[in-house]
Amino acid sequence: MRKLTLAATAAMASAAAAPALAGDLNVSVEIPRLSVAAYHRPYVAVWIERPDNTAVRTLAVWYEVSNVAEGKDWLKDMRTWWRRGGRAMTLPADGVSSATKAPGRQTVSVPGARLAGLPAGDYVVVIEAARELGGREVVRVPFRWGAANTARASGSTELGAVSLTVTR
Amino acid sequence: MKKSIALIAALATLALPMSAQAHRAWLAPTSTVLSGADAWVGFDAGMSNGVFIPDHAAMNLAGLVITAPDGSTAQPENMVRARYRSSFDLHLTQPGTWKVANVSSGINATYRENGEEKRWRGQAAEFPGAIPAGATDVVATRTSNRVETFVTLGAPTDTVFTNPASGLVLIPVTHPNDLAAGEAATFKLSMDGVAASGVEVTVARGGTRYRDNPEEMTVTTGADGAFTVTWPEPGMYWLNATVRTPAQGETIAANAQYVAVMEVLP
Repeated sequence: MRKLTLAATAAMASAAAAPALAGDLNVSVEIPRLSVAAYHRPYVAVWIERPDNTAVRTLAVWYEVSNVAEGKDWLKDMRTWWRRGGRAMTLPADGVSSATKAPGRQTVSVPGARLAGLPAGDYVVVIEAARELGGREVVRVPFRWGAANTARASGSTELGAVSLTVTR
Repeated sequence: MKKSIALIAALATLALPMSAQAHRAWLAPTSTVLSGADAWVGFDAGMSNGVFIPDHAAMNLAGLVITAPDGSTAQPENMVRARYRSSFDLHLTQPGTWKVANVSSGINATYRENGEEKRWRGQAAEFPGAIPAGATDVVATRTSNRVETFVTLGAPTDTVFTNPASGLVLIPVTHPNDLAAGEAATFKLSMDGVAASGVEVTVARGGTRYRDNPEEMTVTTGADGAFTVTWPEPGMYWLNATVRTPAQGETIAANAQYVAVMEVLP
């Protein structure tokens, strides 16, 4: 089932122009250390969009994977991701979902082979964090696929510095 | 002023469970967009001046019909009728969009007997025998009311958006559980299976207690029955439309009322 879902997504992404020669995509996300009374690690989703906000591919979802009964109940709180693609996914998904991450710098490394069907062009990596008893924040990082480039942005509440590298 | 208050009071006590001439009928879910293997949603239903403010009367939920994404009928749980609101829970046991509707229909009539004005209301089938032989000035109106809302577990589906051949219904063009502030949403109104054009739709956002301006909007359906709302802010919204058809020959007048409650997220 999981493999089927991935295959379907790849097929959709390859519908348009010729795929770019595969580089790797690395995203670094800082989860801020917050001094609050009841801290829970945030749920975080990282995905690729086109400039018109249509989703291309979810790269990572960090949620309470170990809580089989209730861990997915709050996926909807990452509202933007849920609406643009999350709600159509089957989770957990190999290579995409994992446990919530501790404060500090976290990285998402996507080997070029996984994005082999993605046509060259302008895209946006979107990072959304939603925290229990806390807030929600979305950070958008425009980048170019098909050539080596870097980009950075920063959140102000639930996310810290975000940087992105496309290698050839 | 005194007269109108008396009239409102009279209507409130005599009206059908949901006719809401003076008060607004609403059926509000505690959440509309859900994730997980299954989920619970609570619902409150009442009639009041301020939408979603339970301060007047609980709704009679005798006509409650819950439709699951697979078309089956689901049962409410933990039903309670409190003073100002009726409440129940729904266990979402399958992914997709669920429809929760309270539907009623009947006939309202007024007539004079021995110089005295009287009122009757009941089902259409009982109507012919209900008015005494000596009655005069009989004025009857066929009423149909639908108050509904939608909730979705996982990805939205559209299997519950059927168009019944009778009554005033809403047919989504934009999915009612896929609404975001600042975006436009389009829906169509259909009356007895035909596009309802030129119908005024009132759009009211909840939370009026915490602001001074009611911020209501009115839009009118086009030739194809469609209307578009651009949501100014996140919140729970109440949409209402009424279609009145005057009496014609042997056919009595009709009053069809539709209410939907939709949540708009940030």
